[in-house]
Amino acid sequence: MSASAEPGFTIEPLGETTLLLRFGTQVDAAVNARVHAAAALLRKVEMPGLLDLIPAGASLALHYDAPFWAGSSGEPPWQHLAGTLRAVFATPPTASADSGRVVEVPVCYGGEFGCDLDAVASHAGIDAACAIARHCAGEYRVAMLGFAPGFPYLLGLDPTLHMPRRAQPRLRVPPGSVAIGGAQTGIYPRELPGGWHLIGRTPVSLFDVEARPPSLLAPGDRVRFRAIDAEEFEAIAEANAR
Amino acid sequence: MSVAVLKPGWLTTVQDRGRHGYANLGVGSAGPMDEVALRLANLLVGNDEGAGALEFTAQGPRLRFAQAARIAVTGAAFEVRHDDTLLPLWQSHVLPAGTTLDLGTATQGLRGYLAVAGGFALAPVLGSVATDLNSALGPFEGRALRAGDSLDLNALPGAELGSAPKLRWSLDPRPWFDPDPAHPIHLIAGTHTDALDPASRAALHQAEFRLARDSNRVGLRLDGPRLALSAPLELASEATAFGTVQLPPGGQPIVLMAEHPTTGGYPRIGQVAAIDLPRLAQRRPGDRLRFLTIDQDEAQTRYLARERELATLAAAIAQRLQT
Repeated sequence: MSASAEPGFTIEPLGETTLLLRFGTQVDAAVNARVHAAAALLRKVEMPGLLDLIPAGASLALHYDAPFWAGSSGEPPWQHLAGTLRAVFATPPTASADSGRVVEVPVCYGGEFGCDLDAVASHAGIDAACAIARHCAGEYRVAMLGFAPGFPYLLGLDPTLHMPRRAQPRLRVPPGSVAIGGAQTGIYPRELPGGWHLIGRTPVSLFDVEARPPSLLAPGDRVRFRAIDAEEFEAIAEANAR
Repeated sequence: MSVAVLKPGWLTTVQDRGRHGYANLGVGSAGPMDEVALRLANLLVGNDEGAGALEFTAQGPRLRFAQAARIAVTGAAFEVRHDDTLLPLWQSHVLPAGTTLDLGTATQGLRGYLAVAGGFALAPVLGSVATDLNSALGPFEGRALRAGDSLDLNALPGAELGSAPKLRWSLDPRPWFDPDPAHPIHLIAGTHTDALDPASRAALHQAEFRLARDSNRVGLRLDGPRLALSAPLELASEATAFGTVQLPPGGQPIVLMAEHPTTGGYPRIGQVAAIDLPRLAQRRPGDRLRFLTIDQDEAQTRYLARERELATLAAAIAQRLQT
């Protein structure tokens, strides 16, 4: 495979119109911060011939216009672009990984809103109230959005709350479900199948094609959860419906 | 001024060249399975090559045109009839007002494309009229067309279709439509091709696979030898592409297609060369499939050559439509 070693990341083609920049093999906050810093730098320098940037936990994908990057030298476009990227990143990016946004997400935990809360608490060896407190205490980072439009993968979950995914995914997870899968927590934007443990639900909309931007959260955002009761859940849901 | 859906066919959706620019929010591109056929259908009626058109599958829809319209059908070998006349594909036709168009069944290949001059008057969703069935994004709330649906057409400035001359030329489909399952599909090595055990690596390049019945616009599942890694891998999710071949734990490879999710966490054992994606999109469930290795640089060179060929063809078609 024609992957090349880079200071800080490797570059690998994924077909004719995508390049993958890999910053590590495991997702952690430090690696993920470098992904977002690289994406921010590429946006800042407004590199031409790029169609889409797709940050993930430990990698950044670039969809590019291959004819644009077909230089006159006969060098394959992916190598031309890779060379240009090496030059851009020759000095480490100074762009910040932080989008600067902190988004508070209200969550009604447990009961019919989060049927797996007790299982998560017992797996952690704590009671449900303590599990809620620990989930709310964290400050999370949106590592990436994927799986479905607006689904955030959040880093920063209290290690006691880590729990392997369900062996049998559910066919239907209610929209707004806040869930735990392995070391991450996430939110289902709409009714979807899913294998994460459901601990609560948010009444706020995560994804709306009419909104600009359509997604409540963007890669690099910070997220805090706030516990609400069923009454406040209904009030927010009703206000959103209007 | 509209097109009424009398029968929807097996799976008929509106597609353009896809929804781009929102992948960082988890929004996939969707778009046509056979991108070249969609582009050529549009070019044949004088549209922008990326305009919205209908993609239909195995069994085409039956449509009624309230007004005269210029249309073209490309892709698989469908038996298209207007009233009782058989209508050749890869060619521009003017249909009189009140025509019933029956897209029929595919005798070879799987997916057809119908473009109408001026295009469908549909509101883009996040910049595109591509239908994303799983995310329910696009026209008709992201679902397939049903009987009773109606699609408005954009007005063509100054068009007098009733008196338009009959065009006596058509495209040769051969370079663009190849339903022969004996032809190999070119495969670029993937990140984890070398992580396959030796028997699986040999099987990937030598064995005959078949398209499983549960293949769809998201991905094609390949029946055949089960493949395995030498040792299990724990991988972080990262971006996937149209044509990425993933290997889930069960050992049955999946080729990700037009409606693939933006990211995936399974091992990637290959990448189908872009030049062969239209060919792969025309294979039917049960069809045979064999891979042939191609180098990344060679695949990209051939992709650029195809794009140049399509640009030349687009210019030639535009010139003919003017005379």
